[in-house]
Amino acid sequence: MDEQLKSELRRQGVVATSLQELYNWGRKSSVWPLNFGLACCAIEMIAATMARYDLARFGAEVFRPSPRQADLMIVAGTVTKKMAPQVVRLYNQMPEPKYVISMGACAISGGPFKQGYNVLKGIDRYIPVDVYIPGCPPRPEALIDAFMMLQRKIDAQYLTGAGRPRHLDAEMPSEFVVPEFGEHDLVPTKNSEVWSVPLVNISNAGKNEPGRD
Amino acid sequence: MNLEEIKSQIEANVPSCRLEIIPNGSPSGQHSLLVDVEHGFTVASFLRDGATPRFDFCSNVSGVDWPVKEVSTKVKVKKEVDGVEKEVDEVVKSQSGGYLEVVYHLYSVEQREGPVILRMRTEDRAERNHVPSLTPIWRSAEFQEREAYDLFGIIFDGHPDLRRLLMWEGFVDHPMRRDYVDPDDYEYEPTAHDEVLKRAQAHRPAEEGGL
Repeated sequence: MDEQLKSELRRQGVVATSLQELYNWGRKSSVWPLNFGLACCAIEMIAATMARYDLARFGAEVFRPSPRQADLMIVAGTVTKKMAPQVVRLYNQMPEPKYVISMGACAISGGPFKQGYNVLKGIDRYIPVDVYIPGCPPRPEALIDAFMMLQRKIDAQYLTGAGRPRHLDAEMPSEFVVPEFGEHDLVPTKNSEVWSVPLVNISNAGKNEPGRD
Repeated sequence: MNLEEIKSQIEANVPSCRLEIIPNGSPSGQHSLLVDVEHGFTVASFLRDGATPRFDFCSNVSGVDWPVKEVSTKVKVKKEVDGVEKEVDEVVKSQSGGYLEVVYHLYSVEQREGPVILRMRTEDRAERNHVPSLTPIWRSAEFQEREAYDLFGIIFDGHPDLRRLLMWEGFVDHPMRRDYVDPDDYEYEPTAHDEVLKRAQAHRPAEEGGL
């Protein structure tokens, strides 16, 4: 429908919409996060839900204590290797459609513990992440920004066609491999379906750079 | 409170125990008391119950890894060079380390004294890595001894529940040891260099610049 006609009708008191618009509006306005936090980022997440920042304005005040009732997983904090299987298992138990916000430096990449032996170098190694928030920890405003970004993402989704979201495509997986504890590290160390080694050009590294010699 | 005083108190009450004061050269001057493993438990229970002041609180337990290290010291030796006696510098090589150590920080809440620092050393870093557990004396040591067991591989004899604390069951290494090798799950930096570059190259096919 023509956008101009639509706004003209709305001015006359007639609301015209499409099923897709209505469906996406309903979903984006009641995203219920899963109630769990892993480290200091969780404190900022809690602050975002309290009166001052009031995440309830966006329809996300209902933090569900069960993955069965949640739509959004906010990975708030350091994911240790000991915790990673449980995080993936919680994600698997959430019904589709489900979204992930990776909150803070640790959840994105391991953060200050990246070089350590017991911290996962980013939760995106095992589950698909929709929005990343940098920061250590990110302020509640940053979480709200990420949340609005997620809402825009939901709003732009098509219900049919090749670009439709995962939950409307029966071919796409909704569960992901839960890593197991190995003798030295998690097995497997990454899920190649969702994560691949970042493309970094190392062919010139260690050699003389052109123009320097 | 003087560490010498406590040392002589222990010597008077725990016969045949071997004590040694390890000096701390820093301005804080917190010297510590090295106790032999055989008498560690008796010395600790004396410090809690019999000593003045009584050390009723163990605030901290930590592990230290001392790998074998070659130390070379210069010694001046008198030698005859061309028939003339001269002082010549000679390098003497010796080995130090090769053991694991547990450090306990003890306080007396009653008398507001402390800390007294107790050390115990295992015989080596591999098989004979046992020390007595002081958890039966100070309950607060329980989790910290488990941590030292987990990360350093020190076995505490007499510990009520010696399991790994931070790493999972089935993990074989002790990550805080100096010779621990990280699992190869490196994420590569945009400007990889040195050690990271070597690891990055090992994961890449040759046409992309790998090894």
